Amino acid sequence: MKNQSSWSSYVNPLVSSMPSSGIRKFFDLVSGTKGVISLGVGEPDFITPWHIREACIYSLEKGYTMYTSNQGLFELRQAIAGDLEAAYGVAYDPGKEILVTVGVSEGLDLAVRALVCPGDEVLIPEPSYVSYAPCVSLAGGKAVTIPTVMEEGFRITAEKIEAAITPRTKILLMCYPNNPTGAVMDRRSLLEIAEVVKAHDLLVISDEIYSRLTYVGEHTCLASLPGLRERTVLLNGFSKAYAMTGWRIGYAAGNPDFIAAMTKIHQYTMLCAPITAQMAALEALKNGRLAMTQMVQQYNRRRLLVIHAFREMGLPCFEPGGAFYAFPEITRTGLSSEEFAEQFLKEEKVAVVPGNAFGPSGEGFVRCSYAASVEDLSEAFRRMASFCRARGVRPKTILGPRSFAGEKKPAAGQATG
Amino acid sequence: MKEILEILESDARLGAEDIAIMLGMDKEEVRRVIKELEDNKIILKYITLVNWEKAGNEKVMAMIEVRVAPQRDVGYDAVAERICRFPEVRSVRLVSGAYDLAVFIEGKNMREISNFVATKLATIEGVLSTATHFILKTYKQDGVMFEDGEKDRRLAVSP
Repeated sequence: MKNQSSWSSYVNPLVSSMPSSGIRKFFDLVSGTKGVISLGVGEPDFITPWHIREACIYSLEKGYTMYTSNQGLFELRQAIAGDLEAAYGVAYDPGKEILVTVGVSEGLDLAVRALVCPGDEVLIPEPSYVSYAPCVSLAGGKAVTIPTVMEEGFRITAEKIEAAITPRTKILLMCYPNNPTGAVMDRRSLLEIAEVVKAHDLLVISDEIYSRLTYVGEHTCLASLPGLRERTVLLNGFSKAYAMTGWRIGYAAGNPDFIAAMTKIHQYTMLCAPITAQMAALEALKNGRLAMTQMVQQYNRRRLLVIHAFREMGLPCFEPGGAFYAFPEITRTGLSSEEFAEQFLKEEKVAVVPGNAFGPSGEGFVRCSYAASVEDLSEAFRRMASFCRARGVRPKTILGPRSFAGEKKPAAGQATG
Repeated sequence: MKEILEILESDARLGAEDIAIMLGMDKEEVRRVIKELEDNKIILKYITLVNWEKAGNEKVMAMIEVRVAPQRDVGYDAVAERICRFPEVRSVRLVSGAYDLAVFIEGKNMREISNFVATKLATIEGVLSTATHFILKTYKQDGVMFEDGEKDRRLAVSP
């Protein structure tokens, strides 16, 4: 009889060779520690606004428990089209150009599987969200990461993209505002990138799940740039803007051929997104603007607190312009990303995510989510300051799109009010 | 100014320094605005919302519907202001509908409250009638749910 461990040889080598997420390992460590303040959470600390939950409950009461069409409720697709046009000036036909997906995660998988042929190369700016490269590998493609650096605000440039292009390059996979860095792209850089994309006949998959969480400047939707709409699969959803992560509801928008191809996979693997989540998403688009604006305002206030805190404690940190993450460099502590995260957790009971979980170029950084209460943030940064001070870090600088006039002295004590 | 008020209304313990950072304002400017809001009685007081029941402190609250005969020139104001002066009275509001003033009273026990209504409140000139409703349980006050089941249930770490 076989012993259990030998079954692993039956697993598809493509899967067994895939490294498991670096976050997973750290999660186990955090879960084993009590009384932790977590800045490691990649989702809003708000609960879905009540009116959205209530609309969903009502839909259940009315008996909306059946399948929808593969592409999703037409009314929802119409609302999505309306929202995209109003927000970013890009028009989609709800009949043929929008597909409702089980979160952006499914949309990403569908887009990659529909477009990537074995051996195709997909360019991914790094540090990057953890699932991009594995999805590309599963589809038989090759993920080609392009490191971005703090000094350039973790932005990707047309030159860097051009330098990475080979005859096998097919897709550029973008995510701005970025998880984990909080970086945002300005319109001019995107226009330059659009030229490179067109010149080399590339496609774009653009994960814009954090688009509403843009605090510096305005978000530019990649599909809204001249000549890019047809080449782009736009992915977005409700998780971050409306605090709806657990609902698993998102959408893809693109040209009818791409959406039809993605719908084909979707209909055989997922059939349709859950109708309850679709009903809730519809309510979010109809009446969710006020609650969303209020949440974004809260994030922005916390963002400013966080930037200030890093400046005071002397950890170099690029000023994040979007999402709800800060990505400070921790090399001054003399620790690696993982050492920092582990020791900080053990000594101060605060969880942050080691930057190398987002690719090798994230080494030397940690990701701090500010989707946490002001109270927790203040306490967490107080502890981080003492943790860093004990390792010889002294206040210096912060890098960012805005220049800060004059260095401030380190805080003498905690402000009380 | 509106933003400062909103922040303080949600958490009165935040200091001018934190508020200044959160709003991208100058610290001294925030201090000045808050001082002005206090001087102009736009900010009246910083208080703490307490769940006294949980603290094991037995208090009795009642809401009294008061019908009042309005007076020439001052309407309901004179009677309302008289009612306000009693320290037992926690809040007084003029309302539309079947009665005129909604008065919230706090006391050690039911007898104390009924005593107050009978001897102090109902006897005020201009008060036509009272109807006393004892508060049995508070579910939500000032936007805060007392028994909130909506705790942070997120995973401690997620991508």
